[in-house]
Amino acid sequence: MAERVLVIACGALAREIVALKRHFGWQHLDMQCIDARLHNRPALIPERVRQKICDNKNRYDRIFVAYGDCGTAGELDRVLADEQVERLPGAHCYQFLAGADRFEALADAAPGTFYLTDFLARHFDKLVIGPLKLDTHPELRDAYFGNYTRLVYLSQTVNPELKQRAVTAARRLELPFEQLHCGYGALEQNLKTWLTESNDGQKDTRLLA
Amino acid sequence: MVNDDDQTTATAADDDEDIVLAELADDELIEQMHDDLYDGLKEEIVEGTEILLKRGWSAEKVLNEALVGGMKIVGIDFRDGILFVPEVLLAANAMKGGMGILRPLLAETGVEPIGKMVIGTVKGDIHDIGKNLVAMMLEGAGFEVVDIGINNAVEDFFAAIEEHKPDILGMSALLTTTMPYMKVVIDEMVRQGIRDDYIVLVGGAPLTEEFGTAVGADGYCRDAAQAADMAPRMLEERREAARG
Repeated sequence: MAERVLVIACGALAREIVALKRHFGWQHLDMQCIDARLHNRPALIPERVRQKICDNKNRYDRIFVAYGDCGTAGELDRVLADEQVERLPGAHCYQFLAGADRFEALADAAPGTFYLTDFLARHFDKLVIGPLKLDTHPELRDAYFGNYTRLVYLSQTVNPELKQRAVTAARRLELPFEQLHCGYGALEQNLKTWLTESNDGQKDTRLLA
Repeated sequence: MVNDDDQTTATAADDDEDIVLAELADDELIEQMHDDLYDGLKEEIVEGTEILLKRGWSAEKVLNEALVGGMKIVGIDFRDGILFVPEVLLAANAMKGGMGILRPLLAETGVEPIGKMVIGTVKGDIHDIGKNLVAMMLEGAGFEVVDIGINNAVEDFFAAIEEHKPDILGMSALLTTTMPYMKVVIDEMVRQGIRDDYIVLVGGAPLTEEFGTAVGADGYCRDAAQAADMAPRMLEERREAARG
């Protein structure tokens, strides 16, 4: 009987993990998500993750966490060290979706780069415009984005509608638009490693999104 | 049931309750300005500032009691998770309105600043919301603040130190990838034998007290309000120690 594996994921990665699960047929993988809006209050993420781990550790053979550091200043890593649970590499989803080297090159080329993923392109108004109150106080635009020089859409899928949303977001922030298609990056690679470790025999073909 | 006439009356009553700042006693006006800062109402802060000055208040007193006092409340509620960045920015914007009136008056008085601070965001980092708030609060606390902006390499910090000879060097970072650069700057200060000539304060969302200690800073400021408390206190302690 296959091991049961749980991935505790940021809600920003839910669609992506579901897509990978379907593509690779990871029937033994379950996912539980934590509200992506917690990124606006990252100090709350570690304990929320710990709670999910504690709630599920007796129900699964292995648990992994699909978060980066995500602004927790190492606190998530301290929790995961306590619980002996592994997470995705890197500081945040931009880094592990683009790949560490490519992300570093992007940041070096223009430190003032604002990144979108498929998730952020889809929910830009709800997760960026609304929480930053740019809808009611557009005068705050310069305070937030005055030092930014471009918006780079790190796309996971080839989706003209999402691209258009990303273009619209760039226009709204008054930033030049660029797209870099990344697919699922280290998210895919790590899930494959985790799932292969726990259930030998899975096919190992890179998903070309 | 409320008919149209009743609604008209209610609206008129609401209008009658509009607060006229000029009619408030001083203590009521200060309290109202704290509320207006909290709500980010720039025009009201400008008006309140002008009223207090016309009543003979010194610019320094208006600054401390109306503006800095109000921003401290904002800072506390930000720390406690009651307010978030947009509200703090709106409050800061309102305070800037008052500062625009007070700054030239404060300069005219010839009062010496209590200290000087050079502040900047470190190399690779373009985030400056927190830094700008700290600069504003330190200015409000009586410091001369030299803001060298974003994306500063070691050489930029050293050039500013050399030119402005501050009491305090402040460094800010928002990214976990850029915050280690603070240690690069501090290590270079040690190497050049100037580390102890300055109080070094660090801050930024991903930082912690432990990180501040580990990189060799004198203090970690969790937020702008704490920086405004910590900077004058540490400076006074240093001066006290120097006096023996």
